[in-house]
Amino acid sequence: MSADRDALLDPLFNNNPIALQVLGICSALAVTTKLETSLVMSLAVIAVLLGSNVAVSLIRNQVPASIRIIVQLTIIASLVIVTDQVLKAFVFDISKQLSVFVGLIITNCIIMGRAEAFAMQNPVRISAMDALGNGFGYAVVLMVVAFIRELFGSGKLFGVTILRTVNEGGWYEPNGLMVLAPAAFFLIGCFIWAVRAWKPEQVEEEFHVGALLEPGHEGHLR
Amino acid sequence: MQHSTSYILLFAAAVCAVCSVFVSGAAVLLEDRQKANVELDRQKRVLEVAGLLAKGESLSRDEISRRFADKIVAEIVDLESGAVLEGMDATGFDQRKAAKDPDTSRVAPANAAKVRRVPNQGQIFRYLEDGRLQAVIVPISGQGLWSTLYGYIALAADMRTVVGITFYEHGETPGLGGEVDNPRWQALWPGRKAYDDNGRAVIDVIKGMAGPADVDPYRVDGLSGATITSRGVGALVRFWLGNDGFGPYLSAQRVGGST
Repeated sequence: MSADRDALLDPLFNNNPIALQVLGICSALAVTTKLETSLVMSLAVIAVLLGSNVAVSLIRNQVPASIRIIVQLTIIASLVIVTDQVLKAFVFDISKQLSVFVGLIITNCIIMGRAEAFAMQNPVRISAMDALGNGFGYAVVLMVVAFIRELFGSGKLFGVTILRTVNEGGWYEPNGLMVLAPAAFFLIGCFIWAVRAWKPEQVEEEFHVGALLEPGHEGHLR
Repeated sequence: MQHSTSYILLFAAAVCAVCSVFVSGAAVLLEDRQKANVELDRQKRVLEVAGLLAKGESLSRDEISRRFADKIVAEIVDLESGAVLEGMDATGFDQRKAAKDPDTSRVAPANAAKVRRVPNQGQIFRYLEDGRLQAVIVPISGQGLWSTLYGYIALAADMRTVVGITFYEHGETPGLGGEVDNPRWQALWPGRKAYDDNGRAVIDVIKGMAGPADVDPYRVDGLSGATITSRGVGALVRFWLGNDGFGPYLSAQRVGGST
């Protein structure tokens, strides 16, 4: 039971896929200008991650080692295509805004990473927990970044005006940086900083190039 | 664990079979709904640009379809001659598809909007109120900064005065070029003149602010921080209202009166 709980809760802050492993950054930069798109993107990633972890875990004892990566990729790609189709059928407007980024979930390192690193070795139930945990870990970062970007970039939250911008006849001069991709980069950096200030054990040990050359001295490469 | 080659091949084939059934099953099941969404989206945009639907006004699918069917007539137009092709069924016509197919399109002459191909036939919409023409809605598209913008512009029955403009697809930077979606900016268009007195498409999106529509009819405010998108929007509107676009049809309508 507690293994399940760890698999579910650990990736939220202790082992967050974006903040600690720094995976899945690309989509986190692209879709976080608005909360609405971030939410749908998070749900799409959680769905794909859950499906792929469960499927990979189910066949983990049958899949030949030599083709395991391509099998994982086939499963993930199929799930992503279906997710994209579902979004197009049910939330058409948002799927238009997400455009290629749903398709790019295929290349999201978090999903392949969890399939290869976790689901290949673990039974279905705990793999599902791991998928949900990592999915929510991804979602947490996306929502935090999108919250800040949408609020300060366009003065809105979920499309509802909070700070009336000058363009709309209000007083708030929107921060142009926030709507551009680099803002997400800085915000994720700040997020990582905040998490590591709170949990200092996540800080990598400093690595000196010279350390490797000295015999008997252990350098840590992560 | 070592596996024989035949096991590996069999396993790969099985995975492929299962995945393809899964994917194609979803595609077939959801196809109708997706098509309906695309059509509904188109109807919504046309109603919006004609001023029949306020931005953000939420109507059910049925209400939108009904309003569209009540007020809007779709027509297929031969671009070069400007003639309306009476016999052709406009439902299901896809101008973007037509523009890609070499059989139904031609290469566009060099133009500032970077339109590469022009379809031989285009689809326009007429907004009628009790049988009287209120506006003509023309599809527009062209290059902005990052992406091709797709939208509609509506002209009043005089075929000169802009009624509205909207874009339904683009990949411009949100907050900068993406402000083409801003209703406040779009509200600057109605009342301006797309053509000068000689019938040339002259309307332009300038850098900075334009005057009110009655004194400065041929110019629209640029989007701040989005000079290239603004320039692109001006160019693409002029292209589609010009001789290589729907110009021949619109001028024929102007001469023929507003029936």
